[in-house]
Amino acid sequence: MAEQIFHDHASDLSHKAKWYVGRVAVYGVLIVWTVVCLFPIYWTVTTSFKLAPNVMQGHMIPFVDFWPAWKGWDSLGLSPRLVGQESTVREEFLKRFTNSAITSVSASVLAVVLGSLAAYGLSRFRYKFGFMRNPDISFFFLSQLILPPVVLALPFLVLYRSLDLLDTRIGLILLYTLTVLPIVIWIMRDQFLSIPVELEEAALVDGLSIWQAFLTIVMPIALPGMVAAFILSLVLTWNEYFFAALLTSTDAKTLPVMVASQTGSQGINWWAMAALSTAAIVPLIIIGVVLERFIIKGMAAGAVK
Amino acid sequence: MSQGDLLHVVTGDDIGERRRFIGKTLIWGSFAIMVAAFAFCAMAQTGYLAWELANWRPALYSYLLWATCLCIAQVVLYGEQGKRTLFVLPATLFVVAMVIFPLIFALTLAFSNWNLSAFEGPRFNGFDNVRQMWTDPFYWNALKNMVYYTLAILVEYSIAFGLALIQASQIRARKFFRVAFLMPLMLSPVAVSWMVGKSMLEIRFGPISRLARWLGWDRPSFFGDPEIARLTIMIMDAWTFIPFMMIMLLAGLQAIPREVQEAARVDGASGWRSFWEVTFPLMLPVSLTAILIRIIFKLKLADIIINVTSGGPGGATDSVTSFIFREYRDRSNVGYGTLLAIVYLVLIVVAITVFMKAVDRWMNPRY
Repeated sequence: MAEQIFHDHASDLSHKAKWYVGRVAVYGVLIVWTVVCLFPIYWTVTTSFKLAPNVMQGHMIPFVDFWPAWKGWDSLGLSPRLVGQESTVREEFLKRFTNSAITSVSASVLAVVLGSLAAYGLSRFRYKFGFMRNPDISFFFLSQLILPPVVLALPFLVLYRSLDLLDTRIGLILLYTLTVLPIVIWIMRDQFLSIPVELEEAALVDGLSIWQAFLTIVMPIALPGMVAAFILSLVLTWNEYFFAALLTSTDAKTLPVMVASQTGSQGINWWAMAALSTAAIVPLIIIGVVLERFIIKGMAAGAVK
Repeated sequence: MSQGDLLHVVTGDDIGERRRFIGKTLIWGSFAIMVAAFAFCAMAQTGYLAWELANWRPALYSYLLWATCLCIAQVVLYGEQGKRTLFVLPATLFVVAMVIFPLIFALTLAFSNWNLSAFEGPRFNGFDNVRQMWTDPFYWNALKNMVYYTLAILVEYSIAFGLALIQASQIRARKFFRVAFLMPLMLSPVAVSWMVGKSMLEIRFGPISRLARWLGWDRPSFFGDPEIARLTIMIMDAWTFIPFMMIMLLAGLQAIPREVQEAARVDGASGWRSFWEVTFPLMLPVSLTAILIRIIFKLKLADIIINVTSGGPGGATDSVTSFIFREYRDRSNVGYGTLLAIVYLVLIVVAITVFMKAVDRWMNPRY
């Protein structure tokens, strides 16, 4: 082969080497952090297929280090062997799962409905309730974010007891709605401010009433924002533990409370706990992977003005 | 709060005498029913009536009735203007019922001694709770811990900023990395406290303990020593919330116009200098929002602590919330716990107001 005629100057070569070092460093950081983020999930999922010796010897990789067993899932009644049979553990688990699903979905829906309406009103009309004007009302809603749940927890415990709402899903739903409402209002206000007012003006000129204009013109445009707010609320309420631990005992107990109540008692039976944890986090992992776009949109809403 | 364009519509409403009367009747009639229901419940509870009442549900229903009537009456009384009020009114009534009323109730609760498991009801005890708080070393310790936990946000912030910078640069498989980095946020803190706190950090068989031993730490113990235990809790909490800050910062980075950075490069700024003199100052507002929201979330920190260490060793990892939770679990005294929570709320409001004022001063200096 003939000698290369055109080649980079020596100074450019050093540049290139620097570029490669930079790339390696960047991807190195990315991969390390990916491992940090995903390893606990990998660990939990694989541990749910382990047996005692695998746990003790620290086996990590299924099919190479150890042969997966269904023991952890047996203890939940969710393994292929037991799925057809009656299982009290599975019923218990499914009950908690339904409780979690019902409370988190209803609370998120309620918060999105109430929050969107309020955010729309605040972004379009001028209000005056006594001394409260628009900025005051906005602040009134957003300031709820600062309120730590512990301040409301014990009063609600007493109030719910006298209202007979302790250990009911309705009680939890109301509280969860309250905790996510400011976040929804924040996201939706941002969303509505980005929609031009001319749209509604045109609709009103065409003879729609203000509510018709909101429902038929504005809402479809704001739908992505509403989905984002909904998903974010769903994540927060699905994972909520503090109120659920205080206010529920048997009927309305949610999944996090069930997970928490099992952690202490299992000892080294990690497979059972791992299976339970996996089952508790899988729904949100799926939501996270599929709807990542919306979650990021929701969280970014407040950041950029 | 910024205010966008307002919708200005002039509506000719002709509210007749009759409509006004109906509206007023609706509001005051349902209000009277609500007052009557409350009075009835209170009398039944204290035993003035011969009627045994199981709970206060009638009062709740009467509030719902009043709220509905109030909403309807807005339209009846004010026509188009009332329809606009209807957007904000439901949320307002909800928040008032769920926050303002319980807060007022909490104030009376805070100055009483009420053991929920005992038969006797609340007993007003003046400032006894305050005195008890003043001499309660565990509460002050928990407050001190909260300061440490809050300071840890600065470290979280720098990590999140670094990751956001990398995510905003030219990389391949951006979407994969974004989803992967988002994952910890999706996990419930309770599951995390088992996955990481109880199994991965387990002294004998946990993978992190194995790694620590391999690295030369003979007897790894993550929850034995107070300082290390607190650090471990901080790391676990940071792990779940770094994605949150990262995404907010990433959104901020992507909103910076490219031209600004290009101009900096043309002017001969190196990467490091263009970061400190261009990107970082431009990111300040977003950073402050992210930090403020993170502080708010950090102040609620409890789930991990309750489930992993339950405050131990010796209260070294206690947050205020987990401490009050334990206090209630152990003694089921709602009065003292409520007082602690209210003091905490006051401290938070003061601290955040000072923080926001300081930030405002710093961002908009008055010369």
